[in-house]
Amino acid sequence: MTTLQTYQLLACALFCIGLTGALVRRNAIIILIGIEMMLNAANLNFIASWRYGPNPEALQGMIFVLFSIAVAGAESAVGLALIIAIYRYYRNTKVDQYHSMKE
Amino acid sequence: MQDLLFYFFAVLTLIFGFLVVVNPFTRSPVTSAMFLVLSIISMSGLFVMLHAFFLAAIQILVYSGAVIVLFLFVIMLMDLKEEARSTFQGIRLTFSLLLAGLFATVLIGVVLTSGLGAEPVVLTLEGSTAVLGERLFNAYIIPFEILSVLLLVGMVGVVLLSKKNLN
Repeated sequence: MTTLQTYQLLACALFCIGLTGALVRRNAIIILIGIEMMLNAANLNFIASWRYGPNPEALQGMIFVLFSIAVAGAESAVGLALIIAIYRYYRNTKVDQYHSMKE
Repeated sequence: MQDLLFYFFAVLTLIFGFLVVVNPFTRSPVTSAMFLVLSIISMSGLFVMLHAFFLAAIQILVYSGAVIVLFLFVIMLMDLKEEARSTFQGIRLTFSLLLAGLFATVLIGVVLTSGLGAEPVVLTLEGSTAVLGERLFNAYIIPFEILSVLLLVGMVGVVLLSKKNLN
């Protein structure tokens, strides 16, 4: 019997994997991928809470996840365009070599 | 059976998610993106388990269809050389893992103490795509329109950002 708690623990584990990826890796694209994984974990949490919640007929969780997927699509497109713009200047994607704001 | 499927998809999602971050085979971001596809597909299996059939389809179409293709296009446009296995700086790795572990501890503590796990499954509705569409175009029409404006703005912004010279 899977409970809401199981889903929440799974979403938590996935979120923390994404967070670790965004913090540890230095490739800007992998950082974006980590952020996508965190968003996915949040979506899973929304769906599970909708399913096990008091009023699933209202479909609020599903609608929230639909919007969140669309916003995540826009976010990744803008993020990748920013990475392309930065790549033109620095010729690589390692975030620790983007140092012009420090100088 | 349901339990077995849940654990199957959950373990697959976590393993592929872990491989996205660690990526022990190559250092190429393409492999990470491909593992993200697998992770997302197994997660859409979880969505099916939760009776969100439409969202499972959307997850596969939008994420592993559109977003990952976008990632792959950008990775391949950049013509990255096969990087040498990056030496993780110790202090950065330690600090990151510490932060993530702390966050995980807090989250797991909240989940375990909130006591939300006792409720039974509500089996009164099936994955109702028709009802979802009806709600989306009646009650939620204004957020929907705002979202389409957001996507338009995002598109214009992306075209502007990836132009050669910004002025």
